[in-house]
Amino acid sequence: MRRIRLVAWHVFKESVRDRVLLAIAAFAVVLVVASVLIGQITAGQDVKIIKDIGLATLELSGVLMAVFIGVGLVAREIERRSIYSLLAKPVARWEFVVGKYIGLVGTIAFNVTLMTVALFLMLAYLQWKTPDEVERAWLTPVVDPGLLKAVILIGAELALLTAVALFFSTFSSSGLLSAGLTLGVFVVGLLSEDLRGFTAVDSSQVLAFVVRAVGVVVPAFSAFDIKADVVNGRPPVPWAYVGLTIVYATCYASALVGGAAAIFSRREFT
Amino acid sequence: MSLVLQIERLTKDFPTGRLGRGRHRALDDVTLALSSGEVFGLLGPNGAGKTTTLKLIVGLLRPTAGHVTVLGHAAGARPAREAIGFLPEHPVFYDHLTAEELLAYFAGLCGMTGPERTRRVSAALDDVRLDEARRRPLRQYSKGMLQRVGLAQALVHDPALIILDEPMSGLDPIGRRDVRELILRLRDAGRTVLFSSHILSDAEALCSRVAILSRGRVVARGAIGDLTSKHAGGWEVVAADLSPAAATSLQQTATRVTRIAHGRYSFELPAGERPEPFIAAVASAGGTLVSAVPVRATLEDVFVERVS
Ligand SMILES: Nc1ncnc2c1ncn2[C@@H]1O[C@H](COP(=O)(O)OP(=O)(O)OP(=O)(O)O)[C@@H](O)[C@H]1O
Ligand SMILES: [Mg+2]
Repeated sequence: MRRIRLVAWHVFKESVRDRVLLAIAAFAVVLVVASVLIGQITAGQDVKIIKDIGLATLELSGVLMAVFIGVGLVAREIERRSIYSLLAKPVARWEFVVGKYIGLVGTIAFNVTLMTVALFLMLAYLQWKTPDEVERAWLTPVVDPGLLKAVILIGAELALLTAVALFFSTFSSSGLLSAGLTLGVFVVGLLSEDLRGFTAVDSSQVLAFVVRAVGVVVPAFSAFDIKADVVNGRPPVPWAYVGLTIVYATCYASALVGGAAAIFSRREFT
Repeated sequence: MSLVLQIERLTKDFPTGRLGRGRHRALDDVTLALSSGEVFGLLGPNGAGKTTTLKLIVGLLRPTAGHVTVLGHAAGARPAREAIGFLPEHPVFYDHLTAEELLAYFAGLCGMTGPERTRRVSAALDDVRLDEARRRPLRQYSKGMLQRVGLAQALVHDPALIILDEPMSGLDPIGRRDVRELILRLRDAGRTVLFSSHILSDAEALCSRVAILSRGRVVARGAIGDLTSKHAGGWEVVAADLSPAAATSLQQTATRVTRIAHGRYSFELPAGERPEPFIAAVASAGGTLVSAVPVRATLEDVFVERVS
């Protein structure tokens, strides 16, 4: 456990020093400023737009981190050969993989938390500016704790996506290929609900079956997207749904990290 | 003397060709044993299989045939790695860490905590003479400084067996001397050292025994003196302040004379001849002795002979 924690802490430290967090924070600031400007133009609609843009930014920056740091987690150590001295130490290969995973998920969670705090501060400022009678007319309060449901599921989605990136990076030696594969799985996963409901217009039953099978097998990233529902306040999203989706993400991510650890344990380093 | 490292009939094939169907035998039936307190040199030209052997011992590669045990544990197993300190060839670490942070990280992975960890980290950095630089990020390090950090991380958990892949590479003469002294200090402290090199003089200065690899096979092994004595040549003596007449008279005992500069000559003495009488003759002719070096077999000589 201590070794896993050390590897994880090292991932966090490296991404902080690589200024990845800084770049993403800057990106977030730009988007927030943009949303404020948009809000000025479309008076009255600003609260909803800021919620939309805030959640989307949070998700997008997390996806970028999960994919582009994720595919390098293991591959970069192999490429620059720092892995030789590290694996000569009495650390198990699986501990290394799990530590890397936890480290990046922690880094992303840290980032998501910071951005959530920023979003809520922004909303608090808007609430202070919005007259009470105006707010009462809306379906959701300005500072809406319900937004946290969307944030939590974005976190779960990012944890699952990180596992996908880590999985590809343990056996592909090309970072670009792993990033491409991960993004591919992400996009197909976002479409998975549509794929599962696919029916062939013509008579090709086999094709329909294959498409539906793909829809079932890929990580169901579409299930994590409750942003619009939460922002609009309807249809309501029950906590049970959030809980179940987290359980799904946990199981799927564990399987992927386990697979990555198994592959990595058999690898040779030439 | 207990056995620290045992390598038995070790063979390693690498896949080659586009589909990985071909086989390249990088190591072929290598057997070696190291007992504790020994400094052992693994010598051989480029591509001989030195790095492959060391990686098999550490567990970064798996053998095609044969096996390796470290203090009785299978290579790559946790107890085996606990006993090993490894310096890879051309070490690379993490640019953003300082030497201190890197060593603390590795010491933690070795199970050290608290004040013991801090103490071991600074002791290892002291051992390789890394001073104020230890608080600077590794990105700012020169090649020789990185090599020192590499040595320090190999020593941080005070392992019984220290494996160094070309420890002298990239070091200036002072750095090479420091590394030599470090290896001898480790030996005196009862550690076992296995290092690879393609430079015979490194091995001569340090090793009790060596093995010479060529194309994956052990072509020679034994105490270093035994290997080179069969090839002993003469001596090369350089003297200064010699008059031309004195040089001409000294020339008679030498097989070759080269005039280096005014009054300064290099003499090669025939094989089997001791240099002392010649040096005495230089002195009595009014010359000054600059150097006297035995012209001994190089690794290449031994190697060429063993291969053919
Ligand atoms: N990954 C690999 N795939 C195929 N062949 C390899 C691989 N790694 C090493 N070899 C081959 O194995 C042989 C031994 O290589 P090795 O790196 O052990 O040599 P070395 O003695 O360390 O040489 P050097 O002095 O250049 O470091 C070489 O012929 C090399 O081409
Ligand atoms: Mg080598």
